[in-house]
Amino acid sequence: MSDTVTLAGPQQRQFNPYSDNGGTILAVAGANFSVIAGDTRQSEGYNIQTRYAPKVFRLTDKAVLAVNGFAADGNMFVKKVKQRLEWYRHAHSKDMPLRSIARLIQSMLYGRRFFPYYVYNILGGIEEDGSGAVYSFDPVGSYERETCRAAGAAQSLVQPFLDNQIYFKNQVAAPGTSHPSHLPLSDVLALVIDSFTSATERHIEVGDGLEIFIVLARGAPIHGLEAIQGIQEMTSNAEGERVFIVRRVLKYD
Amino acid sequence: MNTFASRFASTGPLAELKRAQKDVEDDEFSDTMWGTQAGFGSLAKGVPTFTVPNLPDPSAFLRLHTDDHADPNCKIKIAHGTTTLAFRFKGGVIVAVDSRATAGSYVASGTVKKVIEINPYLLGTMAGGAADCQYWETYLGMHCRLHELRNRERISVSAASKFLSNLVYGYKGMGLSMGTMVCGWDKTGPAIFYVDSDGTRLKGDLFSVGSGSTFAYGVLDQGYHWDLTDAEAQELGRRSIYAAGHRDAFSGNTCNLYHVKENGWEFIGNYDVSKMHYDGPGDVAGSAGVGYGYDIRVEGRSSANPPA
Repeated sequence: MSDTVTLAGPQQRQFNPYSDNGGTILAVAGANFSVIAGDTRQSEGYNIQTRYAPKVFRLTDKAVLAVNGFAADGNMFVKKVKQRLEWYRHAHSKDMPLRSIARLIQSMLYGRRFFPYYVYNILGGIEEDGSGAVYSFDPVGSYERETCRAAGAAQSLVQPFLDNQIYFKNQVAAPGTSHPSHLPLSDVLALVIDSFTSATERHIEVGDGLEIFIVLARGAPIHGLEAIQGIQEMTSNAEGERVFIVRRVLKYD
Repeated sequence: MNTFASRFASTGPLAELKRAQKDVEDDEFSDTMWGTQAGFGSLAKGVPTFTVPNLPDPSAFLRLHTDDHADPNCKIKIAHGTTTLAFRFKGGVIVAVDSRATAGSYVASGTVKKVIEINPYLLGTMAGGAADCQYWETYLGMHCRLHELRNRERISVSAASKFLSNLVYGYKGMGLSMGTMVCGWDKTGPAIFYVDSDGTRLKGDLFSVGSGSTFAYGVLDQGYHWDLTDAEAQELGRRSIYAAGHRDAFSGNTCNLYHVKENGWEFIGNYDVSKMHYDGPGDVAGSAGVGYGYDIRVEGRSSANPPA
């Protein structure tokens, strides 16, 4: 039987280098701060690969990048962005401004237009004028500055909540009053934590842990930030913008 | 046969891309990356280079993973769905667009800027791939500036649009998707050119592009004539985008309105489509001050809506 030639039908093979690792990220811009958050679960299908895989990264003292989609692409992308920012530091002896990082990310994503990174990016931080900013990107680099944005598995659960609570969509202000254009930091932190606990309840790919980065503009008051339990400061350069991280547990099931 | 031949051809976009890929592999981090050229450093060397998967047919790979018409479950969703319009009249050019981006049936964003401000005299519109339009029209803006520096005069709308159409034609078949109108005012007066990723380039007085274009054309064609006043023309642009936002599920949210005059473009305003339905665009030139859709449907039908 060893000489038998099997006449199989035509075979087709596909090159599929992508996977979806679930999770959700979210960012909100305030008047003089920015909050960038993401859960830490990494899954593939119904399997949880790890309960702690960070998706949110400090780039500089004034910029934080959240990546969601295919984890391998995301990690590689963050690595390359950090490398380019280091080169910029060596060439110019300063950190790259936020709007320039946004444009850099566009050109890096579009450079892979024909072999895309399967990654949704949200960049949060402080602009040169001291205002809080959020930039959101599609996988091939189209971007826009916004006030708040959710991306990833539970995007469709979280974004409508944010639209309602931050943009006050479909809400009517009481007679003689108007909706605030920017919320205080304490309100934003409460909304972010609520978004993730709720997304954890209703989405199987969200849970385990929550990492919240807070970027404060130069000279901005700390508004009782030190009272938050477990808060850690990650600032590298005193008297500039300040970066903090808050960790929370989410449900494990 | 065609794909087989093109695998070994030394000309054409595929070979070009393979060469580009080789260049990238040879010298992935060129000296220009150190400078302040924001990733456009390769401008000095010619066109930017792109990473391409090492496969017999890279565009089939891209289609497999990004085209949601072929496979709604594909992972990489590129934002689609739009209504954009531009028309020429005696007072210049009116450019009006919606602001919705959809990924499948999800409204990915309701605040997209679909008018790209190439420079103070040129506008481009965005339909199709958002990144394709944003990236290449920014790139076009850089070349328009180079033209100014080299020739000591502003580039014509015709030349700018031809630069863009020749550029995207070089990538024909690779999967770019853009339908854009390049609008501006040059020596010849107001001008509009329609440019798309198939390589089409048309000069005209009136265009609408996108999934809602048929609805916009309906309103635009019946209200258009050359001698429109500025206020009338702006109102026609708004009303047309409203019509598309109302009847096309893939368009809506808000309308962004621009007016190109002799001294460059001017942003007129942002109008909520729902507000235009019920209350009209608000206190603006050319508006009758009533909703476009609600009153005409319900007026006099009940005691809550008595005849005016």
